[in-house]
Amino acid sequence: MEKTTSKDNKQKWINLLLVLDKYRVLLIFVALLIVASLLSDAFLTTSNLFNVFRQVSIIAIMSVGMTLVIITAGIDLSVGSVMAFSGAVLAGIITAGIPLPIAIIACILVGIVLGIFNGFIVAKGKVPAFIATLAVMVIARGMTLVFTQGNPIVVSDTSFRFIGAGTIFGVPFPIVLMIVIYIIMYWVLKHTTFGRYLYAIGGNEEASRLAGISVDRVKIAVYALAGFFASVSALIYTSRLMSAQPNAGAGMELDAIAAVIIGGTRLSGGRGAVTGTLIGALIMGVLDNILNLTNVSPFYQDIAKGLVILAAVLIDSKLANLKK
Amino acid sequence: MTTLLNMENIVKSFSGITVLKNINLTVNQGEVVALLGENGAGKSTLMKIIAGVHRPTSGSIYIKGKEVTILNPKHSQELKISIIHQEFNLITDLTIAENIFLGREKRKFSGVIDWKLMHKETKKVLQKVGIDHLPAEKFISDCSVAERQLIEIAKALSFDSEILIMDEPTATLNDKETQTLLNLMDNLRKNGLGIIFITHRLEEVSQVADRIVVLRDGEYIGSEKVKHVTKDKMVSMMVGRDIQDLFPARSEASNDVVLEVNNVSVKNRLHNISFNVHKGEVLGVAGLLGSGKTDLSKALFGLYQLQQGSVKLFGQEIMTPKEAIDAGISLVTDDRKGEGLILDLSVYENILLPFYRKMTKTGILKKSRMDQIVDKWVKNLQVKVHHSSVEVGTLSGGNQQKVVLGKWLQMNPKLLILNEPTRGIDIGAKTEIYKIIKDLTNEGISILLISSEMPELLGMAHRIIVLHEGEISGELSSKEATQEKIFNYATGGETVGEND
Repeated sequence: MEKTTSKDNKQKWINLLLVLDKYRVLLIFVALLIVASLLSDAFLTTSNLFNVFRQVSIIAIMSVGMTLVIITAGIDLSVGSVMAFSGAVLAGIITAGIPLPIAIIACILVGIVLGIFNGFIVAKGKVPAFIATLAVMVIARGMTLVFTQGNPIVVSDTSFRFIGAGTIFGVPFPIVLMIVIYIIMYWVLKHTTFGRYLYAIGGNEEASRLAGISVDRVKIAVYALAGFFASVSALIYTSRLMSAQPNAGAGMELDAIAAVIIGGTRLSGGRGAVTGTLIGALIMGVLDNILNLTNVSPFYQDIAKGLVILAAVLIDSKLANLKK
Repeated sequence: MTTLLNMENIVKSFSGITVLKNINLTVNQGEVVALLGENGAGKSTLMKIIAGVHRPTSGSIYIKGKEVTILNPKHSQELKISIIHQEFNLITDLTIAENIFLGREKRKFSGVIDWKLMHKETKKVLQKVGIDHLPAEKFISDCSVAERQLIEIAKALSFDSEILIMDEPTATLNDKETQTLLNLMDNLRKNGLGIIFITHRLEEVSQVADRIVVLRDGEYIGSEKVKHVTKDKMVSMMVGRDIQDLFPARSEASNDVVLEVNNVSVKNRLHNISFNVHKGEVLGVAGLLGSGKTDLSKALFGLYQLQQGSVKLFGQEIMTPKEAIDAGISLVTDDRKGEGLILDLSVYENILLPFYRKMTKTGILKKSRMDQIVDKWVKNLQVKVHHSSVEVGTLSGGNQQKVVLGKWLQMNPKLLILNEPTRGIDIGAKTEIYKIIKDLTNEGISILLISSEMPELLGMAHRIIVLHEGEISGELSSKEATQEKIFNYATGGETVGEND
């Protein structure tokens, strides 16, 4: 008798864990918030939180594209460099005195074109995404260096400042932009054919092709979107600094991948959601922030970030085993 | 006679749902026990318990009279139990010898492999299964399915296993290969092994098994000596009711041509293939493994570039899968897991996948419409699933196949290509699928039925074309077709006999 009750209890625990599993990223985030607010009084202030969110917005927007790519079982290592190059083009055009809207459109186009290039090589050239986007990452960085001649391009047009520093109803514009993008992409993934095709392709590319899905076109579109979001990040980044830096976004592709993975999207494709990615990006942002507020040396900050990524992935695989 | 394995009152539940209720199973030395049951009856779960993958919720397991708790797959192996899974566990990029001795390579001294000894030992075990003509250094990727099966068995024997579990070993073999395997099983039995044999082919049971154990819906139905039961009795034990006719009567096909295949060649695969399919007709396609049956199905679906010739549905030429689907061709592939389904996605999404495109011009999906379609097919095809949001990978083979059928029927096909539609499916689900085929032909849909099960072709098809090395070697009407004639054409029109 006793034996069965202990088994029932164990089962109850497992069921509870499975429910928690669904919201685990959120729970980790909430736990982090609580710890952060205990560690520093400065943490739970509007100005600090806006600051965290504003900083996160750049990586969060870039990570949306990365989420889509990873759901199709791909990867995009070029987003950091693409952001740098489209930012450089943006700053260059503005300083040339060409109207702002045209500069913004050009910046976005650069992102999309490089993304399509990625997608084309991956889908039509059948080159593994890791290699293809690694090459484009190096190329785009080189193009940035050529374009900037290795020096920052300083923007003096103050109307451009709005994108990074402006507010809408008191909320910083980058945060508004980030939230709008996430709402739209959440909906796209759930309620459009394109969204569902991403999961199908990531789950089983061959079966998707046999179901009449134009796999190549969907893939090209996904990489184009990743480039698009990288260039949107470039708008905010460049506006925040009021200059384009030749080494902007270096290593940012890895932060984006980390946000996606912490957010519970499966690296091998077929599973994931943008909501998780947003929280993943926020977790990293809050972590940075609290380590700053408590005056932890930046050298230790990287170690802490790495440990959080490890913990997230470990919890994931443990839970996957439990489900069996 | 020693009892090798004895399982008593095995119960297994997953998160509160009981999938096995008081199952008993014994295997004696020198005995072949056929474990029968429909898909979802609990056979796989029971085997996973023996393999140490799952632990029973309650019940006892005895090995040679001693009670044991099987801790994990390795422990199971140490207890001299070997399982040959439906999906092979061979590493295709390694050689036969490396696979057989994986993890216990013969060594000269620590860490340095003694290839000579390993190849010698490999030869020895290959001899036991009658394939010692294969070189030990041959790569698995260069071995045929039948050879891989035998290599798996050789591997099991190399562990000195006493209990051998074979999960549908004949599902992917042709008649001749099956016979070889059954003979081998008979030999192993004579050498004192106990074999648990899972199969859906009752002829094989009568031929090779000593005893049957039947499960149904997770319950133990009974154990009988094969001598004492008829095939009909086995079936009724499995399904809990009598099945009268396996194959429904054929309905009349019309003379209108639906599909026109004209002189099609695909490099290294198909040569000068020409035939027509009529409205409401079931055209059977027979042939041995590697005869080009699957290639033909893919060529018709626009998956290959044609060297010459054309495929036309109602006069419209087919070049890509998308064109094929839009013209009204649906392909149910023989590789359910690799090509037919997306295992991680739900039943819901799998059913809708090809149809998404048709549902909407804007790309925005409407939930109510989707729910309606999914409910319709889950109900019509009697897919056994408690909710359509369940991942399709967790379903049994028969139910997975119904999901594949559902997704293609929703596309309103004019021509349905079925490649091995009943492979690995129990007899209950089989009859359901035959009935669906018959209903479809009544509606005027044409079927291309590719199958390696001769009774199925003889029972269902109006006409049968036979492939041999990528060419059509013969065509038979349902009246003139016999197993012998098909086999004759399938082996290249030679007289039946040695043909390797």
